[in-house]
Amino acid sequence: MTSSPMGVGPLVEMRNISIHFGGIKAVDDVSIDLYPGEVVALLGHNGAGKSTLVKVLSGAYRANSGQILIDGRTVEIGSPRDAKALGIETIYQTLALAENIDAPGNLFLGRELTTPWGTLDDAAMEHAARQAILELNPNFTRIKEPVKNLSGGQRQSVAIARALHFKARILIMDEPTAALGPHETRQVADLITRLKAKGIGIFLISHDIHDVFSLADRISVMKNGKLVGTVRTQDVTQDDVLGMIILGKRPKIAA
Amino acid sequence: MPEPLVAVGAPAVAARRRLRFAFLLNLTLLGLLGLMWAGLSLGTDSFATFGNFTNLLRQGSIWAIMAVGQTFVIITAGIDLSAGAVVGVAGTVVALLMKSGVPVPLAILATLGFGVAVGWVHAFGIVRMGLPPFIMTLASLTALRGIGLLMTNGQTIAGLPAEFSALARDSSFGIPNLFLAVIAVAVPCHLLLHHSRWGRHLYAVGSNREAARLSGIRVTRVLYLAYILSATLSALAGILTTARIGIGVATTGDGWELQAIASSVIGGASLFGAVGSVPGPLLGAMLLTTINNGANLLNINPFWQRIVTGGLIVAIVYLDQLRRPKR
Ligand SMILES: Nc1ncnc2c1ncn2[C@@H]1O[C@H](COP(=O)(O)OP(=O)(O)O)[C@@H](O)[C@H]1O
Ligand SMILES: [Mg+2]
Repeated sequence: MTSSPMGVGPLVEMRNISIHFGGIKAVDDVSIDLYPGEVVALLGHNGAGKSTLVKVLSGAYRANSGQILIDGRTVEIGSPRDAKALGIETIYQTLALAENIDAPGNLFLGRELTTPWGTLDDAAMEHAARQAILELNPNFTRIKEPVKNLSGGQRQSVAIARALHFKARILIMDEPTAALGPHETRQVADLITRLKAKGIGIFLISHDIHDVFSLADRISVMKNGKLVGTVRTQDVTQDDVLGMIILGKRPKIAA
Repeated sequence: MPEPLVAVGAPAVAARRRLRFAFLLNLTLLGLLGLMWAGLSLGTDSFATFGNFTNLLRQGSIWAIMAVGQTFVIITAGIDLSAGAVVGVAGTVVALLMKSGVPVPLAILATLGFGVAVGWVHAFGIVRMGLPPFIMTLASLTALRGIGLLMTNGQTIAGLPAEFSALARDSSFGIPNLFLAVIAVAVPCHLLLHHSRWGRHLYAVGSNREAARLSGIRVTRVLYLAYILSATLSALAGILTTARIGIGVATTGDGWELQAIASSVIGGASLFGAVGSVPGPLLGAMLLTTINNGANLLNINPFWQRIVTGGLIVAIVYLDQLRRPKR
């Protein structure tokens, strides 16, 4: 276990997590952790098990074995609701948007604002969603369209805005910039830096190794469902990390 | 980010365009209905009589109530094929209860409770046992028809209390009671669908069930509510039908599930889920009732009506499919 970079205990500890789908071991005895204000990148080939691992934390899957600790206490995360209640927000690789519903409807899905009468407060949700999304993507104008009519980048903006709006303590970003243009990608990088400064812990799954090196404090590499190792970004070169991804070997320098 | 907020007219335009589609569809249906009524009034001697018109409205009301329930299920991308069979059994149950001396209000409540139970069973099969809605409700249709015939031995139940029949035949405030029943169903259903969290969740589940689950929606609960609502409204339709014809007949409602589904889809609901409203099925039901009524008056062989209804369903589902984005 890495020692605390800031002299505090870990925000998240996932211990010995395993999940299998039928015969396939998607995640095999993986342990990772995350400190407040830290960005931990998860790297590995497609199918390495990154999405499956973080989905255990976001409540989408239940692990077959293993333990999750938040603030040092064991927690049971049985559903996405449980995760959200613990302050864990997720930007899913698949975005997880309801296609026939507009951006405000998606942003508040499952957490709708209501009037004192108990009816949906669509005006308030639209206002809040407009602000949240425009901050991310100033070119976003089609706020009242079903999200199926939006471009990939716009949909991704909606998914990101949703994760940020609810003041997460723990943020999971599964390839958050895959469909974004260079401008929006830079916005997201800025955003990550600001969130980090606020003490939010971020798991970042990305294919862009340059981004990872400029944003992540530590890097965990997975291969075939197993953890190859976790290294501090400042201790390694990009070649070291590529070696971990491709060969599944830890570099000599890492402790 | 210090970017200016770009407040352009585009979102308002898009929203208006979407509203306009639903509005235009309803307007088209209304126009079609007016056209058919005008044509039948001129073309037949009996259409525009008071007796025929109230008869048409009464039958249309019963189908409209079923179609609203069906729409809730269709929005979840499901289907309720048992609706017609529920009408038959509910009509039988309410008649048998009253014959055995149960007071009318209690018999009605108990029959609605039966509808709740049937819907619960459907949802249980679909959610807990993972059966496709099509199979679960088709099996239920068959079983319920058997139950109805077993309960009555195929006999009709006559001699129901006069106050019960009055429910469907009388008017209140000058409006036929059956029409009032439609309003009493449609208004709360509209509010539920468009102004409640549950309505929003219903569309989300029909749109992308996994996304709904990941958003923290209790998908199971949403599906239970949809199937329970559909079966309960079909049970209400069964009660009203028995009151209207004055006898309990186990085979009532044969094929009405298709009328309800067709009404819903004609009214703009999509069998692929996440699209549908309350006014749509009401208009769709009136349209189908008029077609049936007109065909009778024009002396068209009733067997043709079944063929036409079948053809109509294929045509509208085909059109629905064209509307769906390809991926
Ligand atoms: N719901 C599922 N059912 C069956 N197999 C799955 C499921 N989700 C993921 N897998 C399998 O688990 C492995 C890891 O997948 P994933 O976590 O998506 O990898 P990554 O995100 O690293 O690309 C893959 O072999 C994938 O096919
Ligand atoms: Mg993945």
